[in-house]
Amino acid sequence: MSRAQAPRRGALRRGRRALGRNKLGAFGAILVLTAFFLAVCAPLLTQYAPTDVIRDAAGHGMTFAPPWEHGPLGTDDAGRDVWTQLVYGARISLTVAVLAGFIAMFIGSTVGITAGFVGGRADTGLMRVTDVLLVIPDLPLMLVLIATLRQMDLHVSPLAVLIVVIGLLYWTSTARLIRSQVLTVKERQFVDRSRAIGAGRIHIVRRRILPQIMPLIVVNTVLILSTAILVESGLAFLGFGDPTQPSWGTMLNFAFDRSAITNGAWWFYLPPGIAIVWVVLGFALLGNVMEERLNPRLAGHHLEGGKDMVSVQDVTEA
Amino acid sequence: MDRRRFLLRKAGLALLTILVVFGINFMLFRVLPGDPVRSVIGRGVRITPEAQEALRQQFGLDQPVFPDQLVATAGQWLQGNLGVSWSLRRPVTEVLASKLPNTLILVGLAQLVAIVLGVLLGMLAGWKRKTPLDVGALGFSLVAWSVPTFWLGIILLVVGSTLFGLPTAGVVSPENTGKPLLSVLPDFGRHLLLPVLTLTIVFLGEYMLIMRSSIREVLADDYILTARAKGLSEWQVLRRHALRNAMLPLVTVIAINVGFIVSGAIYVETVFSYDGLGKLFQSSLVKQDYPLLQGAFMLLAVSVVIANFIADLLYVVLDPRVKDT
Repeated sequence: MSRAQAPRRGALRRGRRALGRNKLGAFGAILVLTAFFLAVCAPLLTQYAPTDVIRDAAGHGMTFAPPWEHGPLGTDDAGRDVWTQLVYGARISLTVAVLAGFIAMFIGSTVGITAGFVGGRADTGLMRVTDVLLVIPDLPLMLVLIATLRQMDLHVSPLAVLIVVIGLLYWTSTARLIRSQVLTVKERQFVDRSRAIGAGRIHIVRRRILPQIMPLIVVNTVLILSTAILVESGLAFLGFGDPTQPSWGTMLNFAFDRSAITNGAWWFYLPPGIAIVWVVLGFALLGNVMEERLNPRLAGHHLEGGKDMVSVQDVTEA
Repeated sequence: MDRRRFLLRKAGLALLTILVVFGINFMLFRVLPGDPVRSVIGRGVRITPEAQEALRQQFGLDQPVFPDQLVATAGQWLQGNLGVSWSLRRPVTEVLASKLPNTLILVGLAQLVAIVLGVLLGMLAGWKRKTPLDVGALGFSLVAWSVPTFWLGIILLVVGSTLFGLPTAGVVSPENTGKPLLSVLPDFGRHLLLPVLTLTIVFLGEYMLIMRSSIREVLADDYILTARAKGLSEWQVLRRHALRNAMLPLVTVIAINVGFIVSGAIYVETVFSYDGLGKLFQSSLVKQDYPLLQGAFMLLAVSVVIANFIADLLYVVLDPRVKDT
């Protein structure tokens, strides 16, 4: 799918390895944690509400006030505090990404486990759906879906539409990964033993297979989160966010549409972008470090030393 | 799986995908609330019930949705008739054809630069490991991956216009609109510079990393040792022996990226008001011009499907090992 997850992730992983494991993983974790801190503590970090208009001594709204006139990040075109919007925006961006990420994880794991475990026609059918979805360009597809859903007068928040659409589209790489892992796990002896003593399919999946692939699912979710943040920001920038609950992408949409650029109001269009890069980089670094630990298929080239050759089973049993 | 079956399967997938996109497009029109005829003529326009009925017949809306309307629509689309744009009052096919070259030039140039630079820099980084060049390339790639395309475009727009006086919008300056692009090449070039740069940066990091790691794997192969033992210079080894094999993974990545290139074009053309398919797609969304939106979606999706299929073909040509997989 368009933010070509698999190869990019591979590329990142290679990059990460060359720069050293722990430092980068810790760095990623710090980036992610600070963002969640902003989101959770938003009301404590600012004295305004996102919609409050900042007024000068004479009572006029201060539009595009630079940071040296109104700290710490100035005001936007309507005189609202940029810092306040930024910390409340963290809530929106992270909420959308996390919920969409969980939908994607749920669909991806269900499809992957079903395809891998049941096999046969179910496998062929599900993988065909996955392949088709992988090829259709995702941004146009999402935009068409969002436009349709919005026209249908469903009376749901634009954010809910974003969450559902992102969640419904970004499960494909998870499904493939999980499927291939289930295919190897289900051939292991402990699954055979379970089957031999008469365990049902549901039991085998829940008690034998799921614990084996759970770490992989978690890692994959972290990586999906970085994609979801990027995708949400893009859709919101194109005007499909909720203007009453601005995310970072919506802020950039406002900045771009309401001439923050011609006004030289860099304090309005720089911070949301930096925040997006911050979180995306954080999730990506964190996810790649975890992935390399857990996914045996991604262990290094045999000439680079085999110390990373750890199987999922070894990790979970340790 | 032999080559024939591999290609047949890929062709089947391509066909299936196009059918699915057509299905989505067909559905889109029909789940929208309200009367399509009303939307075509505009909400404020008064029109007699008889005239409405005539229009309905003309569009085939008095027929059952399935199978009559579906078959009729499919037939029209196959003939290249994608309907008429509501906002521009011109045939959709004509509008799409007029925007396509601009986008192809933008996207093609950016890909070309990104691939050439990516191959060169990636090769150097993979060859000279752990040098500042290598570490710099990695850092750049990590950040480039995390930057939203549209935001990068905004930053470059600000920097390029304030520091270098580059134009911020359009394909050519207003006084040159309508002239053939070849006659106003310098002006066109100045307008292209920032959008191309944005898209190049977005793709460069990834291509560089793929190239870097694949050259490292190739350099560890035995045949490279043979080449070195023959007394070839390091440069000859790289260029003549390592490069070709190392570029294989890049082919697949570029193919997978075609969908991402489409997204990139939508963002970049929106930021730079560049008159291409991406901008058209975005504006048809804003104007709720559904025939145009459908047509643009169909064109983008079909291009991506075809590009993916070509990449599969290319891969078979470039890598004889596909035969045995």
